[in-house]
Amino acid sequence: MLSVRGVHVTFNPGTALAVEALRGVDLDVPAGQFVTVIGTNGAGKSTLLSMVAGDVRPDRGRVAVDGKDLTLLPARARAGVIGRVFQDPRIGTCASLSVEENLALAASRGRRRNLRNALGGSRRRAFLAEQLERLGLGLQDRITSPVGTLSGGQRQAVSLLMATLLPMKVLILDEHTAALDPGAAAQVLALSAEINKEQALTTLMVTHSMRQALDYGDRTIMMTAGRIALDVAGEERRRYEVGTLMELFKRNTGEPVEDDQLVLS
Amino acid sequence: MSMFALSGAIEAGLIFSLVALGVYMSFRLLNFPDLTVDGSFPLGAAAAAVGIVNGLNPFLATALGVAAGAVAGLVTGVLNVRLGVMNLLAGILTMVALYSINLRIMGSPNTSLYGSETVFTPFESLIGPGLWTNAIVLAVIALAVKLLLDWFLRTELGLALRASGENPVMASAQSIDNDRMVLVGMAISNGMVGLAGALFAQSVGVADVSMGIGTIVTGLAAMIIGEAVFKARKVAWATVGCLAGAILYRFFIAVALSAGVLGIQAQDLNLVTALVVAVAVVASKARFAGAARVRLGMTRLRSTFQPQRGG
Repeated sequence: MLSVRGVHVTFNPGTALAVEALRGVDLDVPAGQFVTVIGTNGAGKSTLLSMVAGDVRPDRGRVAVDGKDLTLLPARARAGVIGRVFQDPRIGTCASLSVEENLALAASRGRRRNLRNALGGSRRRAFLAEQLERLGLGLQDRITSPVGTLSGGQRQAVSLLMATLLPMKVLILDEHTAALDPGAAAQVLALSAEINKEQALTTLMVTHSMRQALDYGDRTIMMTAGRIALDVAGEERRRYEVGTLMELFKRNTGEPVEDDQLVLS
Repeated sequence: MSMFALSGAIEAGLIFSLVALGVYMSFRLLNFPDLTVDGSFPLGAAAAAVGIVNGLNPFLATALGVAAGAVAGLVTGVLNVRLGVMNLLAGILTMVALYSINLRIMGSPNTSLYGSETVFTPFESLIGPGLWTNAIVLAVIALAVKLLLDWFLRTELGLALRASGENPVMASAQSIDNDRMVLVGMAISNGMVGLAGALFAQSVGVADVSMGIGTIVTGLAAMIIGEAVFKARKVAWATVGCLAGAILYRFFIAVALSAGVLGIQAQDLNLVTALVVAVAVVASKARFAGAARVRLGMTRLRSTFQPQRGG
Protein backbone atom coordinates (compact mmCIF):
# COMPACT_ATOMS: atom_id res chain seq x y z
CA MET A 1 0.00 0.00 0.00
CA LEU A 2 1.39 3.33 -1.14
CA SER A 3 0.31 6.42 0.73
CA VAL A 4 1.01 10.01 -0.32
CA ARG A 5 -0.24 12.67 2.14
CA GLY A 6 -0.46 16.42 1.57
CA VAL A 7 2.63 16.61 -0.61
CA HIS A 8 3.87 19.97 -1.83
CA VAL A 9 6.93 20.30 -4.07
CA THR A 10 8.42 23.61 -5.18
CA PHE A 11 11.34 23.82 -7.59
CA ASN A 12 13.77 26.75 -7.17
CA PRO A 13 11.96 28.01 -4.07
CA GLY A 14 12.41 31.68 -3.22
CA THR A 15 13.61 32.67 -6.69
CA ALA A 16 11.95 34.27 -9.70
CA LEU A 17 11.95 30.80 -11.28
CA ALA A 18 10.00 29.18 -8.43
CA VAL A 19 7.56 26.59 -9.72
CA GLU A 20 4.98 24.88 -7.54
CA ALA A 21 5.02 21.46 -9.17
CA LEU A 22 2.82 19.72 -6.59
CA ARG A 23 0.27 21.64 -4.53
CA GLY A 24 -1.17 19.25 -2.02
CA VAL A 25 -1.41 15.74 -3.42
CA ASP A 26 -3.17 12.97 -1.47
CA LEU A 27 -3.13 9.50 -2.96
CA ASP A 28 -3.69 6.07 -1.46
CA VAL A 29 -3.00 3.09 -3.65
CA PRO A 30 -3.93 -0.34 -2.21
CA ALA A 31 -1.43 -3.18 -2.69
CA GLY A 32 -1.55 -4.64 -6.20
CA GLN A 33 -3.51 -1.80 -7.77
CA PHE A 34 -2.37 -0.50 -11.17
CA VAL A 35 -2.90 3.27 -11.46
CA THR A 36 -2.46 5.16 -14.71
CA VAL A 37 -1.59 8.86 -14.43
CA ILE A 38 -2.37 11.42 -17.12
CA GLY A 39 -2.14 15.19 -17.43
CA THR A 40 -0.61 17.89 -19.62
CA ASN A 41 3.05 18.83 -19.59
CA GLY A 42 3.85 20.53 -16.30
CA ALA A 43 0.80 19.10 -14.51
CA GLY A 44 3.11 17.37 -12.02
CA LYS A 45 2.81 13.71 -13.00
CA SER A 46 6.54 13.10 -13.38
CA THR A 47 7.23 15.13 -10.22
CA LEU A 48 4.79 12.91 -8.34
CA LEU A 49 6.63 9.79 -9.53
CA SER A 50 10.07 11.27 -8.82
CA MET A 51 8.87 12.23 -5.36
CA VAL A 52 7.67 8.67 -4.67
CA ALA A 53 10.97 7.29 -6.03
CA GLY A 54 13.01 9.65 -3.86
CA ASP A 55 14.67 11.91 -6.45
CA VAL A 56 12.60 14.89 -5.32
CA ARG A 57 12.06 15.69 -1.66
CA PRO A 58 8.72 17.30 -0.74
CA ASP A 59 8.60 20.67 1.08
CA ARG A 60 5.63 19.39 3.00
CA GLY A 61 3.78 16.10 3.27
CA ARG A 62 4.72 12.45 3.62
CA VAL A 63 5.13 9.38 1.49
CA ALA A 64 4.93 5.88 2.94
CA VAL A 65 4.85 2.29 1.72
CA ASP A 66 3.12 -0.27 3.93
CA GLY A 67 3.15 2.23 6.79
CA LYS A 68 6.91 2.80 6.59
CA ASP A 69 7.69 6.48 6.17
CA LEU A 70 10.09 7.01 3.24
CA THR A 71 9.88 10.81 3.01
CA LEU A 72 13.47 11.50 4.06
CA LEU A 73 15.17 8.52 2.38
CA PRO A 74 17.23 9.09 -0.81
CA ALA A 75 16.35 7.13 -3.97
CA ARG A 76 18.99 4.45 -3.44
CA ALA A 77 17.69 3.68 0.04
CA ARG A 78 14.15 3.18 -1.33
CA ALA A 79 15.28 0.94 -4.18
CA GLY A 80 14.65 -2.16 -2.09
CA VAL A 81 10.89 -1.51 -2.08
CA ILE A 82 10.47 0.70 -5.16
CA GLY A 83 11.41 -0.35 -8.69
CA ARG A 84 11.52 2.10 -11.59
CA VAL A 85 11.50 2.07 -15.34
CA PHE A 86 12.49 5.35 -16.99
CA GLN A 87 11.24 6.98 -20.17
CA ASP A 88 14.64 6.74 -21.84
CA PRO A 89 15.67 3.08 -22.30
CA ARG A 90 19.29 4.20 -21.99
CA ILE A 91 18.78 5.35 -18.41
CA GLY A 92 17.39 2.14 -16.97
CA THR A 93 20.28 -0.05 -18.11
CA CYS A 94 24.06 0.14 -18.48
CA ALA A 95 25.02 0.05 -22.17
CA SER A 96 28.55 -1.31 -21.85
CA LEU A 97 27.63 -4.07 -19.40
CA SER A 98 26.23 -7.34 -20.68
CA VAL A 99 22.60 -8.38 -20.23
CA GLU A 100 23.53 -10.76 -17.41
CA GLU A 101 25.75 -8.16 -15.70
CA ASN A 102 22.85 -5.69 -15.73
CA LEU A 103 20.57 -8.31 -14.22
CA ALA A 104 23.25 -9.19 -11.66
CA LEU A 105 23.25 -5.54 -10.55
CA ALA A 106 19.52 -5.79 -9.98
CA ALA A 107 19.89 -9.13 -8.19
CA SER A 108 22.02 -7.43 -5.49
CA ARG A 109 19.61 -4.55 -5.00
CA GLY A 110 18.76 -3.51 -1.47
CA ARG A 111 21.70 -5.18 0.24
CA ARG A 112 25.37 -4.44 0.76
CA ARG A 113 27.51 -5.41 -2.22
CA ASN A 114 30.57 -7.48 -1.35
CA LEU A 115 33.54 -9.10 -3.06
CA ARG A 116 31.72 -12.16 -4.35
CA ASN A 117 31.72 -12.74 -8.08
CA ALA A 118 28.80 -10.66 -9.34
CA LEU A 119 27.60 -13.28 -11.81
CA GLY A 120 27.84 -15.89 -9.09
CA GLY A 121 27.73 -19.61 -9.58
CA SER A 122 25.71 -21.62 -12.06
CA ARG A 123 22.59 -21.30 -9.90
CA ARG A 124 22.47 -17.54 -10.15
CA ARG A 125 23.18 -17.64 -13.87
CA ALA A 126 20.43 -20.20 -14.38
CA PHE A 127 18.01 -18.01 -12.41
CA LEU A 128 18.87 -14.96 -14.52
CA ALA A 129 18.48 -16.91 -17.79
CA GLU A 130 15.14 -18.25 -16.60
CA GLN A 131 13.95 -14.73 -15.78
CA LEU A 132 14.99 -13.54 -19.24
CA GLU A 133 13.07 -16.38 -20.82
CA ARG A 134 9.91 -15.06 -19.15
CA LEU A 135 10.14 -11.95 -21.34
CA GLY A 136 9.62 -14.11 -24.40
CA LEU A 137 12.04 -12.02 -26.47
CA GLY A 138 14.74 -14.65 -26.92
CA LEU A 139 17.15 -12.57 -24.85
CA GLN A 140 18.35 -15.63 -22.94
CA ASP A 141 20.46 -16.37 -26.03
CA ARG A 142 22.09 -12.94 -25.90
CA ILE A 143 22.94 -13.00 -22.24
CA THR A 144 26.59 -11.99 -22.79
CA SER A 145 25.87 -9.22 -25.33
CA PRO A 146 26.37 -5.63 -24.16
CA VAL A 147 22.95 -4.10 -23.47
CA GLY A 148 23.90 -1.22 -25.81
CA THR A 149 23.51 -3.60 -28.74
CA LEU A 150 19.83 -4.32 -27.96
CA SER A 151 16.89 -2.42 -29.46
CA GLY A 152 15.04 0.20 -27.42
CA GLY A 153 12.15 -2.18 -26.76
CA GLN A 154 14.45 -4.97 -25.65
CA ARG A 155 16.35 -2.59 -23.36
CA GLN A 156 13.09 -1.40 -21.85
CA ALA A 157 12.00 -5.00 -21.28
CA VAL A 158 15.32 -5.65 -19.53
CA SER A 159 14.79 -2.49 -17.43
CA LEU A 160 11.36 -3.77 -16.45
CA LEU A 161 12.80 -7.14 -15.49
CA MET A 162 15.57 -5.45 -13.48
CA ALA A 163 13.04 -3.27 -11.65
CA THR A 164 10.98 -6.28 -10.63
CA LEU A 165 13.63 -9.00 -10.31
CA LEU A 166 13.58 -9.08 -6.53
CA PRO A 167 10.47 -9.06 -4.36
CA MET A 168 9.46 -5.40 -3.95
CA LYS A 169 6.33 -3.36 -3.35
CA VAL A 170 5.88 -0.43 -5.72
CA LEU A 171 6.59 -0.26 -9.45
CA ILE A 172 7.02 3.15 -11.07
CA LEU A 173 6.69 3.46 -14.83
CA ASP A 174 7.45 6.96 -16.10
CA GLU A 175 6.20 7.07 -19.71
CA HIS A 176 8.29 3.98 -20.19
CA THR A 177 6.93 3.24 -23.66
CA ALA A 178 6.99 6.81 -25.04
CA ALA A 179 10.36 6.33 -26.76
CA LEU A 180 9.43 3.00 -28.37
CA ASP A 181 7.85 2.17 -31.70
CA PRO A 182 4.17 1.10 -31.47
CA GLY A 183 4.89 -2.64 -31.69
CA ALA A 184 7.56 -2.59 -28.99
CA ALA A 185 5.41 -0.24 -26.87
CA ALA A 186 2.47 -2.68 -26.94
CA GLN A 187 4.77 -5.56 -26.02
CA VAL A 188 6.34 -3.72 -23.09
CA LEU A 189 2.92 -2.52 -21.87
CA ALA A 190 1.51 -6.06 -21.96
CA LEU A 191 4.57 -7.25 -20.07
CA SER A 192 4.09 -4.50 -17.46
CA ALA A 193 0.46 -5.48 -16.92
CA GLU A 194 1.44 -9.15 -16.63
CA ILE A 195 4.14 -8.45 -14.05
CA ASN A 196 1.74 -6.23 -12.09
CA LYS A 197 -0.76 -9.11 -11.91
CA GLU A 198 1.72 -11.90 -11.29
CA GLN A 199 3.61 -10.19 -8.47
CA ALA A 200 0.64 -8.16 -7.15
CA LEU A 201 2.68 -4.97 -7.42
CA THR A 202 1.35 -1.57 -6.58
CA THR A 203 1.96 0.20 -9.88
CA LEU A 204 2.00 3.85 -10.95
CA MET A 205 2.26 4.46 -14.68
CA VAL A 206 2.48 7.88 -16.27
CA THR A 207 1.36 7.93 -19.88
CA HIS A 208 0.81 10.56 -22.52
CA SER A 209 -1.90 8.53 -24.17
CA MET A 210 -5.50 8.65 -22.89
CA ARG A 211 -6.13 5.42 -24.77
CA GLN A 212 -3.39 3.61 -22.80
CA ALA A 213 -4.56 5.22 -19.57
CA LEU A 214 -7.98 3.59 -19.97
CA ASP A 215 -6.85 0.31 -21.56
CA TYR A 216 -4.34 -0.60 -18.87
CA GLY A 217 -4.65 -0.77 -15.12
CA ASP A 218 -7.49 -0.55 -12.60
CA ARG A 219 -7.69 3.14 -11.89
CA THR A 220 -6.89 6.42 -13.63
CA ILE A 221 -5.97 9.76 -12.10
CA MET A 222 -5.68 13.01 -14.00
CA MET A 223 -3.38 15.73 -12.75
CA THR A 224 -3.84 19.44 -13.35
CA ALA A 225 -1.62 22.22 -12.04
CA GLY A 226 -0.04 20.10 -9.33
CA ARG A 227 -3.26 18.56 -8.02
CA ILE A 228 -5.25 15.42 -8.68
CA ALA A 229 -8.25 16.68 -10.64
CA LEU A 230 -9.88 13.37 -11.44
CA ASP A 231 -9.71 9.95 -9.81
CA VAL A 232 -11.77 7.21 -11.39
CA ALA A 233 -11.89 3.42 -11.01
CA GLY A 234 -14.12 0.36 -11.31
CA GLU A 235 -17.45 0.33 -13.14
CA GLU A 236 -17.43 4.04 -13.81
CA ARG A 237 -13.98 3.87 -15.41
CA ARG A 238 -15.04 0.99 -17.67
CA ARG A 239 -17.72 3.21 -19.19
CA TYR A 240 -15.17 5.93 -20.01
CA GLU A 241 -14.11 6.68 -23.55
CA VAL A 242 -11.25 8.89 -24.63
CA GLY A 243 -13.90 11.52 -25.41
CA THR A 244 -15.22 11.37 -21.84
CA LEU A 245 -11.75 12.01 -20.48
CA MET A 246 -11.27 14.97 -22.82
CA GLU A 247 -14.60 16.43 -21.77
CA LEU A 248 -13.67 16.08 -18.09
CA PHE A 249 -10.28 17.53 -18.83
CA LYS A 250 -11.84 20.62 -20.37
CA ARG A 251 -14.21 21.04 -17.44
CA ASN A 252 -11.37 20.68 -14.91
CA THR A 253 -8.91 23.02 -16.53
CA GLY A 254 -11.34 25.35 -18.23
CA GLU A 255 -9.47 24.91 -21.47
CA PRO A 256 -9.58 22.44 -24.35
CA VAL A 257 -6.95 19.73 -24.77
CA GLU A 258 -4.09 21.33 -26.63
CA ASP A 259 -1.62 18.53 -26.31
CA ASP A 260 -2.14 16.34 -29.38
CA GLN A 261 -0.22 13.51 -27.80
CA LEU A 262 -2.84 13.17 -25.10
CA VAL A 263 -5.47 12.32 -27.69
CA LEU A 264 -3.57 10.60 -30.42
CA SER A 265 -1.64 7.33 -30.29
CA MET B 1 69.46 1.98 -28.93
CA SER B 2 71.57 0.24 -26.31
CA MET B 3 70.31 -2.72 -24.30
CA PHE B 4 70.70 -0.53 -21.24
CA ALA B 5 68.32 2.06 -22.69
CA LEU B 6 65.93 -0.70 -23.76
CA SER B 7 65.74 -2.32 -20.33
CA GLY B 8 65.33 1.12 -18.77
CA ALA B 9 62.44 1.89 -21.13
CA ILE B 10 60.72 -1.38 -20.32
CA GLU B 11 61.17 -0.84 -16.58
CA ALA B 12 59.66 2.64 -16.86
CA GLY B 13 56.89 1.27 -19.09
CA LEU B 14 55.98 -1.41 -16.56
CA ILE B 15 55.92 1.15 -13.74
CA PHE B 16 53.77 3.55 -15.75
CA SER B 17 51.41 0.71 -16.68
CA LEU B 18 50.32 0.88 -13.01
CA VAL B 19 49.61 4.59 -13.49
CA ALA B 20 47.67 3.74 -16.66
CA LEU B 21 45.57 1.21 -14.69
CA GLY B 22 44.87 3.90 -12.10
CA VAL B 23 43.89 6.39 -14.80
CA TYR B 24 41.68 3.73 -16.42
CA MET B 25 39.89 3.30 -13.09
CA SER B 26 39.28 7.02 -12.55
CA PHE B 27 38.84 8.45 -16.06
CA ARG B 28 37.16 5.51 -17.75
CA LEU B 29 35.33 3.49 -15.15
CA LEU B 30 34.38 6.19 -12.65
CA ASN B 31 34.12 8.97 -15.24
CA PHE B 32 36.13 11.10 -12.81
CA PRO B 33 38.90 13.23 -14.43
CA ASP B 34 41.32 12.86 -11.54
CA LEU B 35 44.46 15.01 -11.45
CA THR B 36 45.49 13.82 -7.99
CA VAL B 37 47.88 11.46 -9.82
CA ASP B 38 50.62 14.10 -10.28
CA GLY B 39 50.73 14.34 -6.49
CA SER B 40 50.06 10.74 -5.46
CA PHE B 41 52.90 9.41 -7.65
CA PRO B 42 55.66 11.37 -5.83
CA LEU B 43 53.75 10.77 -2.57
CA GLY B 44 54.12 7.01 -3.02
CA ALA B 45 57.78 7.55 -3.87
CA ALA B 46 58.42 9.81 -0.87
CA ALA B 47 56.62 7.54 1.61
CA ALA B 48 58.49 4.46 0.41
CA ALA B 49 61.87 6.21 0.23
CA VAL B 50 61.63 7.74 3.68
CA GLY B 51 60.47 4.39 5.03
CA ILE B 52 63.43 2.58 3.50
CA VAL B 53 65.96 5.17 4.60
CA ASN B 54 64.62 4.83 8.14
CA GLY B 55 65.17 1.10 8.10
CA LEU B 56 61.71 -0.14 7.18
CA ASN B 57 61.53 -3.37 5.20
CA PRO B 58 61.33 -2.31 1.51
CA PHE B 59 58.16 -4.34 0.95
CA LEU B 60 56.45 -2.67 3.91
CA ALA B 61 57.77 0.68 2.70
CA THR B 62 56.20 -0.01 -0.72
CA ALA B 63 52.92 -0.92 1.00
CA LEU B 64 53.19 2.39 2.84
CA GLY B 65 53.46 4.12 -0.55
CA VAL B 66 50.29 2.33 -1.71
CA ALA B 67 48.41 3.32 1.45
CA ALA B 68 49.56 6.94 1.16
CA GLY B 69 48.37 7.07 -2.47
CA ALA B 70 45.01 5.58 -1.48
CA VAL B 71 44.55 8.18 1.24
CA ALA B 72 45.34 10.96 -1.26
CA GLY B 73 42.67 9.53 -3.58
CA LEU B 74 40.20 9.41 -0.69
CA VAL B 75 40.89 13.08 0.09
CA THR B 76 40.05 14.05 -3.50
CA GLY B 77 36.95 11.85 -3.34
CA VAL B 78 35.78 13.39 -0.08
CA LEU B 79 36.36 16.92 -1.43
CA ASN B 80 34.15 16.02 -4.38
CA VAL B 81 31.30 13.89 -3.04
CA ARG B 82 31.07 15.06 0.56
CA LEU B 83 32.05 18.72 0.24
CA GLY B 84 30.76 19.37 -3.28
CA VAL B 85 34.01 20.57 -4.87
CA MET B 86 33.99 20.01 -8.65
CA ASN B 87 35.89 16.82 -9.53
CA LEU B 88 38.60 18.47 -11.64
CA LEU B 89 39.28 21.11 -8.97
CA ALA B 90 39.22 18.54 -6.15
CA GLY B 91 42.07 16.66 -7.84
CA ILE B 92 44.04 19.85 -8.47
CA LEU B 93 43.68 20.93 -4.84
CA THR B 94 44.95 17.58 -3.54
CA MET B 95 47.78 17.59 -6.07
CA VAL B 96 48.95 21.07 -5.04
CA ALA B 97 48.65 20.26 -1.35
CA LEU B 98 50.67 17.09 -1.86
CA TYR B 99 53.62 19.09 -3.17
CA SER B 100 54.03 20.65 0.28
CA ILE B 101 53.23 17.39 2.03
CA ASN B 102 55.88 15.52 0.02
CA LEU B 103 58.47 18.13 0.96
CA ARG B 104 57.45 17.67 4.60
CA ILE B 105 57.64 13.88 4.38
CA MET B 106 61.14 13.92 2.90
CA GLY B 107 62.36 17.01 4.74
CA SER B 108 64.16 18.01 1.56
CA PRO B 109 63.40 18.12 -2.19
CA ASN B 110 64.68 14.58 -2.63
CA THR B 111 65.68 11.41 -0.82
CA SER B 112 68.42 9.19 -2.18
CA LEU B 113 68.13 5.42 -1.94
CA TYR B 114 71.72 4.91 -3.02
CA GLY B 115 73.09 1.81 -1.33
CA SER B 116 69.77 1.03 0.43
CA GLU B 117 68.01 -2.26 0.17
CA THR B 118 64.97 -2.14 -2.17
CA VAL B 119 62.27 -4.60 -3.24
CA PHE B 120 64.61 -5.54 -6.08
CA THR B 121 67.54 -6.50 -3.82
CA PRO B 122 66.36 -10.00 -2.81
CA PHE B 123 65.80 -10.89 -6.48
CA GLU B 124 69.29 -9.85 -7.46
CA SER B 125 70.60 -12.78 -5.43
CA LEU B 126 67.74 -14.99 -6.64
CA ILE B 127 67.83 -14.29 -10.39
CA GLY B 128 71.24 -12.73 -10.43
CA PRO B 129 72.06 -9.02 -10.74
CA GLY B 130 71.49 -8.60 -14.48
CA LEU B 131 70.23 -5.86 -16.73
CA TRP B 132 66.74 -7.42 -16.70
CA THR B 133 66.28 -8.32 -13.04
CA ASN B 134 64.26 -5.21 -12.20
CA ALA B 135 62.18 -5.57 -15.36
CA ILE B 136 61.27 -9.17 -14.50
CA VAL B 137 60.24 -8.22 -10.94
CA LEU B 138 58.22 -5.26 -12.24
CA ALA B 139 56.53 -7.42 -14.89
CA VAL B 140 55.36 -9.85 -12.22
CA ILE B 141 54.04 -7.00 -10.07
CA ALA B 142 52.26 -5.26 -12.97
CA LEU B 143 50.65 -8.51 -14.07
CA ALA B 144 49.55 -9.32 -10.52
CA VAL B 145 47.97 -5.86 -10.12
CA LYS B 146 46.19 -6.20 -13.47
CA LEU B 147 44.76 -9.61 -12.52
CA LEU B 148 43.71 -8.31 -9.10
CA LEU B 149 41.95 -5.36 -10.74
CA ASP B 150 40.23 -7.67 -13.27
CA TRP B 151 39.02 -9.82 -10.41
CA PHE B 152 37.77 -6.83 -8.41
CA LEU B 153 35.81 -5.46 -11.36
CA ARG B 154 33.95 -8.77 -11.65
CA THR B 155 32.81 -8.74 -8.02
CA GLU B 156 29.46 -7.31 -6.92
CA LEU B 157 31.22 -4.21 -5.62
CA GLY B 158 33.33 -3.81 -8.77
CA LEU B 159 30.33 -4.21 -11.06
CA ALA B 160 28.43 -1.63 -8.99
CA LEU B 161 31.39 0.74 -9.38
CA ARG B 162 31.36 0.32 -13.17
CA ALA B 163 27.59 0.89 -13.31
CA SER B 164 27.88 3.96 -11.09
CA GLY B 165 30.52 5.54 -13.30
CA GLU B 166 28.61 4.89 -16.49
CA ASN B 167 25.05 5.55 -15.39
CA PRO B 168 24.60 7.06 -11.91
CA VAL B 169 20.81 7.42 -12.26
CA MET B 170 20.41 3.74 -13.02
CA ALA B 171 22.89 2.90 -10.27
CA SER B 172 20.89 4.67 -7.57
CA ALA B 173 17.70 3.04 -8.84
CA GLN B 174 19.51 -0.26 -8.15
CA SER B 175 20.36 0.94 -4.61
CA ILE B 176 24.02 1.67 -5.44
CA ASP B 177 25.58 4.48 -3.39
CA ASN B 178 27.32 6.56 -6.09
CA ASP B 179 29.28 8.63 -3.57
CA ARG B 180 30.69 5.53 -1.94
CA MET B 181 31.70 4.15 -5.32
CA VAL B 182 33.68 7.34 -6.04
CA LEU B 183 35.49 6.99 -2.70
CA VAL B 184 36.29 3.30 -3.25
CA GLY B 185 37.40 3.86 -6.85
CA MET B 186 39.54 6.91 -6.08
CA ALA B 187 41.31 5.05 -3.26
CA ILE B 188 42.06 2.06 -5.50
CA SER B 189 43.13 4.26 -8.41
CA ASN B 190 45.56 6.38 -6.42
CA GLY B 191 46.73 3.36 -4.44
CA MET B 192 47.95 1.90 -7.74
CA VAL B 193 49.59 5.23 -8.62
CA GLY B 194 51.25 5.33 -5.18
CA LEU B 195 52.59 1.83 -5.85
CA ALA B 196 53.99 3.06 -9.17
CA GLY B 197 55.72 5.98 -7.42
CA ALA B 198 57.16 3.71 -4.71
CA LEU B 199 58.56 1.32 -7.33
CA PHE B 200 59.87 4.16 -9.50
CA ALA B 201 61.87 5.62 -6.61
CA GLN B 202 63.39 2.22 -5.88
CA SER B 203 64.09 1.59 -9.55
CA VAL B 204 65.93 4.88 -10.19
CA GLY B 205 67.34 5.15 -6.67
CA VAL B 206 65.84 8.47 -5.68
CA ALA B 207 62.50 10.07 -4.72
CA ASP B 208 62.17 13.63 -5.94
CA VAL B 209 59.43 16.13 -5.16
CA SER B 210 59.12 17.16 -8.81
CA MET B 211 59.05 13.65 -10.24
CA GLY B 212 55.25 13.71 -10.48
CA ILE B 213 54.96 16.43 -13.11
CA GLY B 214 53.26 14.99 -16.19
CA THR B 215 52.39 11.64 -14.59
CA ILE B 216 48.71 12.03 -15.40
CA VAL B 217 49.38 12.82 -19.05
CA THR B 218 51.75 9.87 -19.39
CA GLY B 219 49.11 7.61 -17.84
CA LEU B 220 46.49 8.91 -20.24
CA ALA B 221 48.80 8.49 -23.23
CA ALA B 222 49.53 4.91 -22.21
CA MET B 223 45.83 4.13 -21.76
CA ILE B 224 44.90 5.69 -25.11
CA ILE B 225 47.63 3.80 -26.97
CA GLY B 226 46.46 0.61 -25.31
CA GLU B 227 42.90 1.27 -26.41
CA ALA B 228 44.04 1.94 -29.97
CA VAL B 229 45.92 -1.38 -30.03
CA PHE B 230 43.24 -3.48 -28.32
CA LYS B 231 39.88 -2.17 -29.44
CA ALA B 232 38.11 -4.31 -26.88
CA ARG B 233 35.27 -3.45 -24.54
CA LYS B 234 36.06 -6.22 -22.11
CA VAL B 235 37.75 -5.13 -18.91
CA ALA B 236 40.41 -7.85 -19.05
CA TRP B 237 41.52 -6.58 -22.47
CA ALA B 238 41.38 -2.92 -21.50
CA THR B 239 43.78 -3.65 -18.64
CA VAL B 240 46.08 -5.58 -20.99
CA GLY B 241 45.93 -2.45 -23.13
CA CYS B 242 47.09 -0.30 -20.19
CA LEU B 243 50.13 -2.54 -19.72
CA ALA B 244 50.96 -2.78 -23.41
CA GLY B 245 50.25 0.92 -24.03
CA ALA B 246 52.62 2.06 -21.28
CA ILE B 247 55.43 -0.22 -22.42
CA LEU B 248 54.97 0.75 -26.09
CA TYR B 249 54.89 4.41 -25.19
CA ARG B 250 58.13 4.33 -23.19
CA PHE B 251 59.70 2.20 -25.90
CA PHE B 252 58.86 4.72 -28.65
CA ILE B 253 60.10 7.58 -26.48
CA ALA B 254 63.39 5.73 -25.90
CA VAL B 255 63.76 5.11 -29.64
CA ALA B 256 63.00 8.74 -30.45
CA LEU B 257 65.51 9.92 -27.85
CA SER B 258 68.31 7.60 -28.96
CA ALA B 259 67.78 8.21 -32.66
CA GLY B 260 67.50 11.96 -32.11
CA VAL B 261 64.21 12.13 -34.06
CA LEU B 262 63.42 15.84 -34.67
CA GLY B 263 66.14 16.64 -32.17
CA ILE B 264 63.99 15.42 -29.27
CA GLN B 265 65.77 15.41 -25.93
CA ALA B 266 64.80 14.16 -22.48
CA GLN B 267 63.47 17.54 -21.40
CA ASP B 268 60.94 17.50 -24.27
CA LEU B 269 59.22 14.41 -22.89
CA ASN B 270 56.22 16.14 -21.30
CA LEU B 271 55.66 18.25 -24.41
CA VAL B 272 55.64 15.16 -26.61
CA THR B 273 53.31 13.34 -24.20
CA ALA B 274 50.87 16.27 -24.07
CA LEU B 275 50.88 16.43 -27.87
CA VAL B 276 50.17 12.71 -28.16
CA VAL B 277 47.15 13.01 -25.84
CA ALA B 278 45.88 16.17 -27.57
CA VAL B 279 46.15 14.54 -31.00
CA ALA B 280 44.39 11.41 -29.75
CA VAL B 281 41.48 13.42 -28.32
CA VAL B 282 41.14 15.54 -31.48
CA ALA B 283 41.38 12.43 -33.69
CA SER B 284 38.58 10.75 -31.73
CA LYS B 285 36.46 13.87 -32.18
CA ALA B 286 37.05 13.88 -35.95
CA ARG B 287 36.18 10.21 -36.16
CA PHE B 288 32.89 10.68 -34.34
CA ALA B 289 31.86 13.97 -35.90
CA GLY B 290 28.44 13.53 -37.45
CA ALA B 291 28.46 9.79 -36.86
CA ALA B 292 25.91 8.02 -34.74
CA ARG B 293 26.74 8.20 -31.04
CA VAL B 294 28.39 4.85 -30.68
CA ARG B 295 30.00 4.08 -27.37
CA LEU B 296 33.57 3.21 -28.18
CA GLY B 297 36.75 3.67 -26.25
CA MET B 298 37.33 7.33 -26.81
CA THR B 299 33.86 8.75 -26.53
CA ARG B 300 34.19 8.94 -22.76
CA LEU B 301 37.50 10.75 -22.97
CA ARG B 302 35.98 13.05 -25.49
CA SER B 303 33.05 13.91 -23.32
CA THR B 304 35.41 14.50 -20.41
CA PHE B 305 37.69 16.89 -22.25
CA GLN B 306 35.59 18.60 -24.85
CA PRO B 307 32.89 21.16 -24.24
CA GLN B 308 29.39 19.74 -24.51
CA ARG B 309 27.09 21.14 -27.09
CA GLY B 310 23.72 22.02 -25.67
CA GLY B 311 20.89 19.74 -26.77
